[in-house]
Amino acid sequence: MSLIASRLLADTLTDPKRSAEYSPARWSQLIKQARAADLLGQLRARLATANRLDAASPAARRHLDIAWELSLRHRAAVRWEAIHVRDALADLGVPVVLLKGSAYCIADSPAAIGRVFNDVDILVPRRALDAAEVRLIRAGWLPARVNDYDQRYYRNWMHELPPMEHKSRGTVLDVHHTIVPPTSGIVPDAASLIDHARPVADPELKGLSVLAPEDMVIHSACHLFLGEFHKGLRDLFDLHVLFEDFGPRSGFWERLVSRSIEAGLARPVLDAMQQARRLFNTRIDVNAQALLEVRAGHPALPGVREWLFDQVLRPDHPLCRSAATGTARWLAYARSHWLRMPLPLLVYHLGYKATKGGAH
Amino acid sequence: MRVADFPPDQFDRKLADSGVPLRCGPFVVCISSRLPHIAAGLRFHYADFEVHADPEASDFDIRLEPPSVLRRLVRPQVNFTCDGRAPFRPLPIDQAFPMLEWGLNWVISSHAHDHLVVHGAVLERNGRALILAADPGSGKSTLCAGLVHAGWRLLSDELTLVNLDNGRLVPVARPISLKNESIDVVRALGPEAAVGAVCYGTGKGAVAHMRPPSESVARISEAAVPAWIIFPKFARTQTPPVVEEVGHAHAFMELTRHCFNYALLGGAAFGALAGLVDRCRVLRARYGHLDQILPVIEQLAAEETR
Repeated sequence: MSLIASRLLADTLTDPKRSAEYSPARWSQLIKQARAADLLGQLRARLATANRLDAASPAARRHLDIAWELSLRHRAAVRWEAIHVRDALADLGVPVVLLKGSAYCIADSPAAIGRVFNDVDILVPRRALDAAEVRLIRAGWLPARVNDYDQRYYRNWMHELPPMEHKSRGTVLDVHHTIVPPTSGIVPDAASLIDHARPVADPELKGLSVLAPEDMVIHSACHLFLGEFHKGLRDLFDLHVLFEDFGPRSGFWERLVSRSIEAGLARPVLDAMQQARRLFNTRIDVNAQALLEVRAGHPALPGVREWLFDQVLRPDHPLCRSAATGTARWLAYARSHWLRMPLPLLVYHLGYKATKGGAH
Repeated sequence: MRVADFPPDQFDRKLADSGVPLRCGPFVVCISSRLPHIAAGLRFHYADFEVHADPEASDFDIRLEPPSVLRRLVRPQVNFTCDGRAPFRPLPIDQAFPMLEWGLNWVISSHAHDHLVVHGAVLERNGRALILAADPGSGKSTLCAGLVHAGWRLLSDELTLVNLDNGRLVPVARPISLKNESIDVVRALGPEAAVGAVCYGTGKGAVAHMRPPSESVARISEAAVPAWIIFPKFARTQTPPVVEEVGHAHAFMELTRHCFNYALLGGAAFGALAGLVDRCRVLRARYGHLDQILPVIEQLAAEETR
């Protein structure tokens, strides 16, 4: 059995049965890594399914159970917020599509099991963006106080409004009009994503929808592989669960390939397939992967990419860090910006951030 | 072995190398640091704490280190990390020990969700516990120190932990945090009130800590049954003191404001808080001096324990 510290969490999630041999010290490491990666609740669910919960040390068991209770509360809270968002936007008569974690939760996806949610993400048609913002403010979600530069950063260049926070419940809402920043040069057809969205089955949530399975995977892959890898392992685990859930459905892989290519997003989807397979042994359709490999072409510096992904897809915990992890995280940050904006804008943006400081 | 049982240089080495695992409320935290401020602070304030044998089986790894090599040299700073996460911005290095204390409060209040966590002090006498719940600046910690000096057992100065299963209060017994004028008030209680080094210019002004009594630390595994809740309010001009009963419904609503994880726990929090209030006599106390309020509380405890 491999005992590589940085793989402990991923290996246990993949094969919970191996935990039978863990010492209390190893359980303690596992819990700390899972906490750092925001995967404690998911770990609890995996162990429970494999009937391995009783093998956990008492201290580990306690943290797993706390995380589980927390995930149930989060789930109820996301439903509650989603209903309020829907009601606030009802008279606009436009589709409201939930994205990422909130979508997994509302669609009752296995990716929501044990997961905690930091915010609610929605996608609305671009033409309805301003009206939606006004109605959400009226319903109590106040735009986060950001400076003029950040206002411009979001409104002119990004794919979402500045985050909005509910004045009494404190919940954070991100309102998107597309799934990747327009400045990246990749312009997926947001209208088509909304057209293909699926209404949620739950009658209480009538009026809300989620992306079609293939689009949900594409968005999740973009968010991770064009992003900064903050909570990278958690996001990759989401993808693993989505692949495992959607994979057996008829026509899923064909639609995933054609939609990825159509949107110009073959590369991040391929990255998601390869990395999920590397860390979680995910069942990926061989033909689909081969087709995307042809379309995505050869990446520059493949060795560096592999090294970078290996570093940033670890739990952000000292036990998993190597001497190079800091450099890798910085490179991933630089890379995400490189992918997101053309060079002149990037120089301007990073120059501003370097002199004035800021969050992005 | 207790912290005080280690020769100082050996303790400091252990702190710098493998770390020192200590009880922190319902958890075991393994603290490591090379900073002399932390070593001295732990040796003084945690002298009676048991050092756990197995550093590897801790619930959390806590480190206090300069954030970068540069920050070791120029305007030195300290960073608090918990399992590699830094929940706060770095502080000037001479605030290292207060930062450890604030950090440990954060560890408990953001993870102990098998308890209802309330911002409040807990003391015990004759098996019955008193909760002091108040907004910062109300004199809660000063009153807590005064009661400890008068012989009450310290369960906690900052965090009331209500066990969700049985409603009992779980001890923390960490140092009492004192601010500004209250430092001298507590020092004046007498030499038994062991107040450590004062740290000036923090976000809360001057800060010092009082060491928990040995007996309170020795009884750290003994939970207590809640009996009284007091909402204290110190105001220099308040003479004579005013003590009045508070209705249970009102007390419940006021306490929800002081809970860290009320919204997070939902129904379980409602049940635990309602159970807590039901078991207690609730009072509001406004007073201008410790000497006015201490006898009132002593009398309350004496009457009802009879």
